[in-house]
Amino acid sequence: MNTQSLLSQLLLGLINGSFYAILSLGLAVIFGLLNIINFAHGALYMVGAFCALLAMQWFGIGYWGALVLAPLVVGAIGVLIERLILRHLHQLDHLYGLLVTLGLALMAEGFFRWAFGISGASYPIPEALQGGVDIGIMFLPLYRAWVVVASLAACFATWYVIERTPLGARLRAATERPQLTQALGINVPVMVTATYAVGVALAAYAGVLAAPIMQVNPVMGSNLIIVVFAVVVIGGMGSILGSIVTGVGLGLLEGLTKLVYPEASSIVIFVIMVLVLLVRPAGLFGKIA
Amino acid sequence: MRARYIVLSLVLLGAIAPFFVYPTFLMKVLCFALFATAFNLLLGFGGLLSFGHAAYFGGAAYVCGAVIKQWGLTPELGILAGAIYAAVTGALFGWIAVRRSGIYFAMITLALSQLIFFLALQLPFTGGEEGVQGIPRGRLFGVIDLHDNIPMYYFVVAVCGAGFWLVYRTIHSPFGHAMSAIRENEPRATSLGYDVAHYKLLAFILSATVAGVAGALKSLVFQLATLTDVHWHMSGQVVLMTIVGGLGTIFGPAIGALTIVSLENQLADRVGSWVTVIMGFIFVLCVLLFRRGMVGEFNAWRLSRRTVRDGK
Repeated sequence: MNTQSLLSQLLLGLINGSFYAILSLGLAVIFGLLNIINFAHGALYMVGAFCALLAMQWFGIGYWGALVLAPLVVGAIGVLIERLILRHLHQLDHLYGLLVTLGLALMAEGFFRWAFGISGASYPIPEALQGGVDIGIMFLPLYRAWVVVASLAACFATWYVIERTPLGARLRAATERPQLTQALGINVPVMVTATYAVGVALAAYAGVLAAPIMQVNPVMGSNLIIVVFAVVVIGGMGSILGSIVTGVGLGLLEGLTKLVYPEASSIVIFVIMVLVLLVRPAGLFGKIA
Repeated sequence: MRARYIVLSLVLLGAIAPFFVYPTFLMKVLCFALFATAFNLLLGFGGLLSFGHAAYFGGAAYVCGAVIKQWGLTPELGILAGAIYAAVTGALFGWIAVRRSGIYFAMITLALSQLIFFLALQLPFTGGEEGVQGIPRGRLFGVIDLHDNIPMYYFVVAVCGAGFWLVYRTIHSPFGHAMSAIRENEPRATSLGYDVAHYKLLAFILSATVAGVAGALKSLVFQLATLTDVHWHMSGQVVLMTIVGGLGTIFGPAIGALTIVSLENQLADRVGSWVTVIMGFIFVLCVLLFRRGMVGEFNAWRLSRRTVRDGK
């Protein structure tokens, strides 16, 4: 095994890790602040990728426009989902939220599969990011480096807003003590809707980032979402920083496993999850007992 | 008393059904009804949502199929092998999962079932993407040839009947009442001295084992065990059947299984991928509006009528 293959596998792991991070961040935000397990997250990631594809095919909007448009469109869908459906389930067991978002995910997947078939389509890498750069130890594809930078930037921006700004403080207050916060004059229902919309917009953003390097197909989210759930469980379901760090870390670990023992690469994350749960039931960064 | 009449008429119906309705369809309904009933034991009566029951259903299907194909065992031994696999796996996964509750429990069971999925994908005897095919139905006890659909049907009825009876007796036993108590108010049950983790684990193992029997049976009916049986969509399917039929009711899951399997049968040829959309829509509708499921809503309606009538 030479340095080139080691580093390229690590880069691949870092890219997958960035996707895990940004998707588990969205899930963690929605769960941590709304107590909803959003099973539709993978489907909305897929819808984001399709937005980019269709924006190009129907309106000629390129990659950079799609990066802004897809999160907006999916965010709007998120607003609808929260207001029309999830709102009615707040007072019930969390499991109903899980089941209803699962149903929504099935509907989205089935619809896109009917409309576009199962094999999907390819999306071109934007011109500015094509090709690569030789950095001495390896050949670094520009787009892949961009993916890592863009997703981690979005992750840290989200973390910063939630943990370090007044808006984030109000958001956290609204989750912990909704009635008291509302009594203080803060519009809690709007914050709840906005949080869900931002969470799924992040997923759509990841979808656009993924479009040029993964086939845009209806099941791309379904394959990813289970791994992302495992990441969130390992990181600790309420912790935002936890999901970022765990996502990247597990992506790297998966990449390393592919080098050493390829057959185990798809199950290594689940094995880690079992081990972590035996030792630290709340997850690595979790706060709940 | 009424229950006895219902059971009797069901038995009669079951005995003559294969001469009117396509037997393979009936057998499929029975297998999924058993699967859903086993699942309901854990969710409806135990209050534990396991999102990885496909691991026991599909895994047992693989084990049964592989054991029969490779070692030439008779079908009842194949089912026994599937049940043992499900019990052992259920014990192991259950022990890990019951340490947490609610959403965490569901997530853990989901991830654990993914382990089984990837094992099914990669182990040599499972046939990868194609699964285990051409499983011979063999001769029951070495005597009765099951290749004909009618004897196979009665065998399925017998096994499923035994399974339903087992679940029914469990629910109406002191153990079942303890499970209900734990579901209703766990801290109180603990304060009364019940070893909650122990009860949950036992219920988990029982549920997994019966689900395994259903899966092994299904592999014999269709002579096939594939990745679909261990995919998490299958875990979602059984949740859907249970909720549509009625959580926490005796007949609910079976009715739900009948409904969903019939729907899929009727729609699959005509609408292709829209089946998934319709299933998802039913899911959303049930969770939002018909949380008690068909049997649950029926029971509630009967109760309201009786109250009105008696109140006069």
